[in-house]
Amino acid sequence: MDALQLLVSGLANGCVYGLIAMGFVLIYKATEAINFAQGDMMMLGAFVALGLTNEHYMHLPFWLSVPITLIILGIIGYLIDAVLLRRLFGQSQIAVVILTIALGFVARFAAGAIWGHEPQSLESPLAGLDVRFAGLVLGMDELWVVIVTVLLTVGLYFFFARTKLGVAMQAASQNQMAAYYMGISVKRIHSLVWALAGVVAAIAGILFASKGSIDPSTGLLGIKAFAAAVIGGLGSLPGALLGGIIIGLVEPFSARYLGGDLARLMPYLILVLILLFRPHGILSQIQTKKV
Amino acid sequence: MRIVFKTSYDADIRLFKHGPQAFWYLLLLAVAIALPFLIGEFWLGEFTSMLVWAIAGMGLMLLVGHTGQASLGHAAFLAVGAYANVLLQLKLGLPFLLSLPLAGVAAGIAGALIAIPTTKLHGIYMAIATLAISILTEDIIVILAPWTGGVNGLFAPDIEIFGYGFNRYGNITGMYWLYLAITVLIVLAYRNILRSPLGRSFFAVRDSEISAQAMGVNVPRTRTLAFALSCAITGIAGALMGHFSGIFNNETFNIVISITMLLMIVIGGVGFIQGAFVGAIVIVFLPQAISFSRDALSGIFGGSGPSIPGLESGLFGAILILVILFEPMGIYGRWLKIRTYFELFPFYRRDMFRRQKSYLKTERMR
Repeated sequence: MDALQLLVSGLANGCVYGLIAMGFVLIYKATEAINFAQGDMMMLGAFVALGLTNEHYMHLPFWLSVPITLIILGIIGYLIDAVLLRRLFGQSQIAVVILTIALGFVARFAAGAIWGHEPQSLESPLAGLDVRFAGLVLGMDELWVVIVTVLLTVGLYFFFARTKLGVAMQAASQNQMAAYYMGISVKRIHSLVWALAGVVAAIAGILFASKGSIDPSTGLLGIKAFAAAVIGGLGSLPGALLGGIIIGLVEPFSARYLGGDLARLMPYLILVLILLFRPHGILSQIQTKKV
Repeated sequence: MRIVFKTSYDADIRLFKHGPQAFWYLLLLAVAIALPFLIGEFWLGEFTSMLVWAIAGMGLMLLVGHTGQASLGHAAFLAVGAYANVLLQLKLGLPFLLSLPLAGVAAGIAGALIAIPTTKLHGIYMAIATLAISILTEDIIVILAPWTGGVNGLFAPDIEIFGYGFNRYGNITGMYWLYLAITVLIVLAYRNILRSPLGRSFFAVRDSEISAQAMGVNVPRTRTLAFALSCAITGIAGALMGHFSGIFNNETFNIVISITMLLMIVIGGVGFIQGAFVGAIVIVFLPQAISFSRDALSGIFGGSGPSIPGLESGLFGAILILVILFEPMGIYGRWLKIRTYFELFPFYRRDMFRRQKSYLKTERMR
């Protein structure tokens, strides 16, 4: 029973990692860039929702502040691409990585200056409710995390596979020049995918903040989520979720059976092993390179 | 514009391109040596710290700037150098003059061991692997607490060379000169590596791996060597950093330091040894500049200036964004452009430093 309880809470944690990882994958899928500020975008999303909802700040009803948060983060994502990243068009991937790391620094500073450095938690109607099921105690918040994550993964999967915009995004990443010749506005597609990543980050942030407390350095969680994205295979949405769940499950189990120090090591150990033996992740989408 | 008339093949790889260049660098060295007579002890300490960061930056520059591989995990090798140095002194009783190079060797070997599997990876994946290694190192330090002291940290003893002691608080002048001497030695070694066939094979690998291979460069061997050399220099910087701060633990070498090192050389100018120094100056003196301008502001407006936590890293991020957007070659690159502008005066064109753009293609099938 104990192991089952661990399994459930690990699953919920893993889904949050998976959600952040999905942001990485979205941007990688469409622009071949890696957004190291994804964790910080999640943190911003959580703080915006918190600023709108909590009694101490604006005290809007929760269900009103959620869509507002999603829109704000979508706009932030769009602007980051349209104002900053568009200027780097045609430069190396590493330049984008460094720029997004710098953005993370700025976002952490901004959040600290606006909302303070103390841990706070979102006053959400999801928190604090329990569901008892066959002897297991499930937090309502944990249940929500799992449901929303699964729905979002399926939705995004179909978005990329079926809709015109989704296919255009994939085309833009596979060959920018060819996509441009086919009449796809590559720059606008990039901005749109950043907006989408912002929305996903906001959802992850809201779910994370209603599960526990947040502070400006919460964004560093992004590194763990990034490990999840790589384990699952950068560029694969189900892979991101799979990687997130693997990390979410490995953490509590290794903490229980191996001790805390080793448990903190585990996600990165898995990451290194994956990189060594299957560099493109479990659900790899790359075929062997032909010269 | 100075035109250097080359009469031998050696002219291409001479240490200094022409006489005046040698003059300016030797003048800089003379000023650096005379520095303790010009400024107070506090600023001398800051300059010593700058030298340490510059050595660390050079280590990373060899890899990022001259071999074209990004590493987000060099704090791990700072840690290897720092711990190896102190442990060799404490457990084996080796003198500093022996333990410092051995610390470099230890970091170099650690780097080579990590490079052999990771150099298979390319571009962004290499950066990810080194990032993971940096995080792992932080935890391994805690797990190896019997040797490393874990979270309690390790005290670095005073440096002693032939009975003459160097200590940050007791004898900062001596420490500064010692560190300056080590820095100069490393700069010379670095320059000489770049002038040798090995260094030119680094450039070849950076510019195009396929062409390098076609010219007979053994790419995996070159990349592994570059990684090991880079880690060795970084390890020496780590050892010096340990002695400078006196005490260090796992937190001293966390992932943020790794990232900061990469950002430092980007601000300074990737691909130039001078860039490592410019970046180190920004890193070390930015906090001072902030507190100085805060004092100046509160002097004008009265009262005590507002103290904003995290302002340093926020400002650092903002500077970095500006540099990446407007000056991809870094601050040193901007200086080169300004100098070229005046040297060529009416003939400078904006596109002289323009780089080829590349459009992405992926290897993914879906």
